[in-house]
This record gives sequence, C-alpha cells and structure tokens, in this order.
Amino acid sequence: MDIKELERKSWDLRQDVLDIIMAGGGGHIGGDMSLMNALLVLYKNHLNITPETVEDPNRDRFVLSKGHSVETYYAILADCGFLDLEDVKARFSKFGSPYIGHPNNKLPGIEMNSGSLGHGLPVCVGMALAGKRDGKDYRVYTIMGDGEIAEGSVWEGAMAAGHFKLDNLCAVVDRNGLQISGSTEDVMHHEPLADRFASFGWHVLEVNGDKIEELDQAFAKAKTLKGKPTVIISHTTKGYGSSIMENKAGWHHHLPNAEEYEIIKADFAARKAGV
Amino acid sequence: MANKIPNRQAICETLMQAAQTDKDIFVLCSDSRGSASLTPFANAFPEQFVEVGIAEQNLVSIAAGLAACGKKAYAASPACFVSTRSYEQAKIDVAYSNTNVKLIGISGGISYGALGMSHHSAQDFAAMAAIPNMRVYCPSDRFQTRKLIEALLQDQKPAYIRVGRNPVEDVYSEEDTPFEMDRATVLSEGQDVLIVACGEMVHPAKEAAANLKAQGIQACVLDMYCIKPLDTQTLLEKAKGVKGVVVIEEHAPSGGLGAAVAQCLVENEPKKCRLLSLPDAPVITGTSKEVFDYYGLSAAGIEKAVKELIL
Repeated sequence: MDIKELERKSWDLRQDVLDIIMAGGGGHIGGDMSLMNALLVLYKNHLNITPETVEDPNRDRFVLSKGHSVETYYAILADCGFLDLEDVKARFSKFGSPYIGHPNNKLPGIEMNSGSLGHGLPVCVGMALAGKRDGKDYRVYTIMGDGEIAEGSVWEGAMAAGHFKLDNLCAVVDRNGLQISGSTEDVMHHEPLADRFASFGWHVLEVNGDKIEELDQAFAKAKTLKGKPTVIISHTTKGYGSSIMENKAGWHHHLPNAEEYEIIKADFAARKAGV
Repeated sequence: MANKIPNRQAICETLMQAAQTDKDIFVLCSDSRGSASLTPFANAFPEQFVEVGIAEQNLVSIAAGLAACGKKAYAASPACFVSTRSYEQAKIDVAYSNTNVKLIGISGGISYGALGMSHHSAQDFAAMAAIPNMRVYCPSDRFQTRKLIEALLQDQKPAYIRVGRNPVEDVYSEEDTPFEMDRATVLSEGQDVLIVACGEMVHPAKEAAANLKAQGIQACVLDMYCIKPLDTQTLLEKAKGVKGVVVIEEHAPSGGLGAAVAQCLVENEPKKCRLLSLPDAPVITGTSKEVFDYYGLSAAGIEKAVKELIL
C-alpha cells in the first residue's frame, strides 16, 4: 500500500481500536496507539502472511511480544481478513470469548501466546534459527515495548540472536518512553539503547515511528542488512493521535469516558482529514 | 551395580537413533551437553543441535520457537534449573502455546547430593504438573527410558521428563520391558498392600515386595512413571481390596506422585496411605544412597512403612 493510503487507514484502525476497547470495557490504549504504525506497515507492506498462507512453512513469522497491545493487533488482523471486526467488538473480553486481553494462538493468524513480557524475542530466535537451519528464506519479526526490555530474558534473546548471526530476524522496540509508573528513564533507564543492541551484535536503525514512511523504509532496509539481526528503535508517542492521551503515562490502560471518547474520535477524524 | 548406563545416556542413544532419519529432531543444551550425556548427539548431528549457553529461559523459549517451525525440540538442562528458572517459559511458550517441546530435567531429585538445595530438584513434579497441558514423566531405568522417549517422539505435545544423574539398577531387561504409554507397569501382583513408585524408587519398591513376600505379605507394585497423566485406571484397579497404599518418590511431600495418588484414591477408593518422600526442608548432605537411607527411601524403609500401615 502506498504511504498516504496507509496513513488514512491508520486513523480508521485507531478508531476500531477505540471501539474495541469501549466494547470490552478495558484495554491498553496508550501502547496500542504507539504500536499502530509499525504493526500496520509490517502487515500491509512486508509480511507475506495472509489468511490463505497461515500454514505455509515459508510464511514470515510475527510474534507480538508486547502482548497487552492486542487491541491494535485485533484491528489489523481483522483488516487483513483473519478476524471479523464486528465479532471482535461484540465479544472482546466477554465471558467465554476467544478475544482475550493478550494474543492467543487459537485465533487464526496468531503464532504464539504472549502477555508475560520478555518472551517474544527469544521465541523468535528459535523461529529464525529454524529458518536458517532449513535454508528457508522467511523472515521473523517481533515488536517489544520499551518498558518490556527491562526483562532479562530480552537480553538472553538478544545475545543469542547476535551469536547466531540471525539476519533473518528483525525486532522493533516501540520506544514511546513511558511505562505504567512513568518515564522509562526514571523507572529503569535503557539509554544508550542503540549502543546496547549494537554491543550485542545487532544492526540498529532508529526512526520516528509516528511516521509510517520512515517505518516502511526501515523494514525495507532491514531486509538488506546481512550478517546480524536488525533492531528498529521506533521513537513513538504513547497515546498517539489525540491530545488528551499523548505522552501521558496514565493512559497506559485508561478506559475513556463518554466525553473523552468523543474528543478522541473527533481527533482521529481530524487527523485523517489532514492526511 | 551391573548397569553402568544412566538413564540420560539412554535418552541420547534413543534420540541419536531417531535423528538418523528424522532431521526435525533438535536437541538444545544450556552448557549442559556433558552432564546430559548429549555430547555424542552434538558431535554427530551439529545441524540438529543448539547450544544456548547458561541461559535456561532462552533454552526453553528458543526450543518453543523451533517447535513452532516444525522441529521436535528436546531441551536438556539440570532439572533444578529447567523446572524453576525457566518455569514461566515452560508455562507460556511451551504449555500454553502448545509447542512440541520436551523438557529433559537431568540430574533430577537429589542426584547432585552434596551440592545443596540450589542443585536439588525436589519440586519439579509439583511445579510442572500444575501447568495445564504439561505432562510429567519419571522413568525408572534405562530400558523404560528408551521406551518412553520412543513414545514421546511420536507425539506433538509438551512434556517434562526427569532422569537422574547416576546409573541405576535395572528394573527391566533388553528382552523384557513391558511399556504402554501413560499406563503404569505392574511389577508384581498382591492383595495385601499396594506400593506405587516412580524413577529411582521403583527398584527398591520391587526389592521390598520380594522381601515382604518371603515374610508372607503380598505386595502389588506399580511403576508409575507417568505422574501426569496419572494412570488412575490401573491405580484404582490394584487398590481394590488391599489394606493400604504406600507411595515412594524422590520429591518433596507436596504436589508430587504421592499427592496425585492420594487425590485419586480419596475421590474414588479411600485407603489408608503412607507417603515416603524427601522432607519439606533442605535435604541432608550425602551421596544418593546415604540420603535415601536416611529418609527411609529404601527397600528397608518401604518394608517398615508397609508393616506399620497394614499389620
């Protein structure tokens, strides 16, 4: 998809995310908004996964490591034909629903269960290693939150990915700078993050993750980088898209009230009109 | 002891045999290939072997990623570490995600004797059995270990398998190893008492039954290598009519084979029970035999417990 089309779609899907959260009575809206662009451009322009190829051994693999941003994942999976959006809205978080608050691989298109942080990258190391050993050319992707990378298991995975020179692996850090208790740098600092990944044997790309075009170019470039895995540090805005949410840690899992819903909806519509 | 082959070596031999024709079999170690007896596999099948270093969380997650891409992943690490350090990876990436990963807990129980509680795995049955979709096995000798691994190679589901470090007395033989997956093996029939054992405790159970028989007490002995799913059918069938049930295991008293047997009996066929286990405390220092003898995890300990229970 071309960039303008993706940008317009991103605002429609943000509205879907908002509606899913309102219907379910909860969700992680702040991180959903910072994740949206990376996940959208990945699914629309880079992953070779479709509802018809979910069992194909040569398909690309994606694991959403920051599993709490599942509402964005559902909206994109629905837009790509894996899920029925109306069914998601009707049943998200409801009694007996398959649409729970974290990814579950009983749903079509979802490879692995997540929710507990720090699992996606090491699992993707295994997936990428299988591809290398089998001589297959599929690529493996994961998206982590920046608060998440305080988990030690992330760095066990980073160490192994560098050791095995997994250039078929691309990780994204959704670097929105906030976690539930406040600034990531106050809670447990990660800078210099690029140097940390580089020292573990990774190619490092940094982009403004609020700009779809920059993400699109970074994913394309990552495919050309050989000999090492690539991390895209995607500098984003938590709660991106509405002034009442942006850069506010309190919106990590805040449920909008009726008034806030209308403000956010209007903001999304205005931003779409400005594309 | 006549046998010099530990159960871990039987695992390696079985996997090597299968790997000759099955290129999807992958073995992973966390700097543990030597202690897991898996060096011959690593040397013979380098493309089917993954070394992750001392990183048990990574070990299990990488195994799950490989399995998600069609591999039959066997992740081997000391039982004390793989059952607790990587517990969440076992829960989420293996059991919950339903990946075809077999976790091999080597040097299980108190195999590491004098190394202390950090290296003992007296909680592994309880921890692993509490996870939905995780099976728990503890084979008794090299022959049963081989049969178990051959059976596990045929399925696609998660499992945890505990084996000890040292060679153990043979319970079975090359020619005679009755084995049915997820069914206990009946080692002797008897109407007075039922003895249920797993792992290294099966041999002393068998020995105790022979000694008791000479004293006029008829003991039925079950090799319950399948702690989960427990073979409740055979258990209830053999418990009918006996005066009491003795369970013996190399595990803490909570949540292991004894707890599973007691739960099944209480719900279906209430019997007087006695559990012989390790204590709910750090285990005394010593060799396996010294420790087992100290806590009564021996033929003599079983005989004493049986007499106290039914006479």
